[in-house]
Amino acid sequence: MIAAGIDMGTQSVKVAILKDGKILSKGKAFCGFKPKDAAEEAFEEALTNSKLSRDEIRHVTATGAGVDLVSHFDSTISMMGADAQAGVYFFPSARTVVDIGAEDARAVSCDERGTMLDFVVNSRCAAGAGTFIEAMARALEVKLEEMGPLSIKAEEATPINASCVIFAESDVVSLIHRQKSKEKIARAIYAALADRVSSMMHRLGIKPEVVLVGGVAEDVGFIAALERTLGMNILIPEDPVFAGAVGAALTASKRIEKVK
Amino acid sequence: MEKVQKLEYWRWPEYHRVVPGKDWKNAEIITAGVDVGSVSSKAVIMTDNEVYSWAVLRTGSNSSDSAKKVMGWALEGIGLKLDDFDYIVGTGYGRVNVPMANKAITEIACHAKGANYIWGPTVRTILDVGGQDVKAISCNERGRVTRFLMNDKCAAGTGRGMEVIADLLKIPIDKVGEASLMVDKEPGPVSSTCVVFAKSEAVALLRSGWPKKKVLAAYARAMAIRMSELLQKVGCKEDFVITGGQSKNIGIVTRIEEILGVKRLPVPKWEETGLDPMAAGAIGAALFASALYKKSSNR
Repeated sequence: MIAAGIDMGTQSVKVAILKDGKILSKGKAFCGFKPKDAAEEAFEEALTNSKLSRDEIRHVTATGAGVDLVSHFDSTISMMGADAQAGVYFFPSARTVVDIGAEDARAVSCDERGTMLDFVVNSRCAAGAGTFIEAMARALEVKLEEMGPLSIKAEEATPINASCVIFAESDVVSLIHRQKSKEKIARAIYAALADRVSSMMHRLGIKPEVVLVGGVAEDVGFIAALERTLGMNILIPEDPVFAGAVGAALTASKRIEKVK
Repeated sequence: MEKVQKLEYWRWPEYHRVVPGKDWKNAEIITAGVDVGSVSSKAVIMTDNEVYSWAVLRTGSNSSDSAKKVMGWALEGIGLKLDDFDYIVGTGYGRVNVPMANKAITEIACHAKGANYIWGPTVRTILDVGGQDVKAISCNERGRVTRFLMNDKCAAGTGRGMEVIADLLKIPIDKVGEASLMVDKEPGPVSSTCVVFAKSEAVALLRSGWPKKKVLAAYARAMAIRMSELLQKVGCKEDFVITGGQSKNIGIVTRIEEILGVKRLPVPKWEETGLDPMAAGAIGAALFASALYKKSSNR
């Protein structure tokens, strides 16, 4: 039984193909200005990797902020629902799944079957999502992937006005003029993002284990900052950016079972 | 090789002015107010509670240097020295770092005092749109603050928010107000509150074929809505005035007036009189300085 999930994010589209509940292959493409083409591209990549043809896929479930832009799918699932499914799939003990994407952040509580119980979302403020780190990497003139390693070199954070991405941008410029270390600035930025995510999680209530997924879950700087803020260990699956797609594919598998 | 200069559309003009026909040598009390804001620094020199000269410039990375620089500029060409001052009050975001100040007073109190001076005792509500914050202030007939609300956590509805769009659209910041009103029909506001997301939305609108002015109108509307919400929370009683940099942004002012159904008192002829709404905080600080000096010398 073969099922697929498509996660149409704000920055990239991810596809996961599952066979009998096991991940068979993945595909990813950047949305750019042609998100529909990107969805096709990611799907083709996943098919090629699994050496399958499109006809062999029984059910496709789509999710993500741009779900309306996906042209071929059989059903949809909410982003929160997909997160819950994926979190428990990766770690059966997961009860809270945190998903930090480019432009939004979510925390979802779930039961042992991966059913979503409750959730909180921030999609209104860039200071609570991955965009924040990107903007700060630009301001610091370092590559995005260097930000995390840079931040964990610092023993402490430099005080910075990090409530807003726009304010933080100008603050970073003056901190650089005052010759503050990039490491300490980077650490301050991760601390600020982790604080926002943690206060969002507290609104939901934090039940262990906590699983972190989404693009930002690949960032060592953020992981360290969130663990510090929460005072607990966080579980991170392999390829956390595909969690939404895997969650959607799991949903697709369940829907095939139901029809049987 | 030819040097390519990057135009900074967000950069507003800095200025220094002296009110004509005055001589500080005849003055009984000489005071100053120095308002070091997050984005602009203002210094106002007053003789016997009237503006003598003032200066406005962009705040640098160091508050104390910015205070010295703006005060130095206000002093330029008038023959006054720091020693001649009876009292100086510092205010604004960087008020504790004004080296020449005898005392620091919050910018909320100073703006209410300054607005009361510029427009008179009928002022009850002040909207101060600063570079990195926006404040709605209620005050009484003596210019005393009775209530206030402030947003300094988010760029939406602040001067920085307007600078971002000026830069994106490549329209000079002091022209965005007029340009935003040059649409036949006002479009709905951009849907994002966050300036970062609103900027992406503006890019998408441009790409979809919207003219710059229409995009600007949609953006300005969203900013005006944000400012109006703060005013509504504090209660917008007349007379209503706007201070800070955005008081000169006709696109924002017109939209706030329309949203709230309240007209602001017009900006006085500030170029000759020194009653500059951009410097309202510094004017208030200089007035506090004079009151504090009188109090201390009466003792």
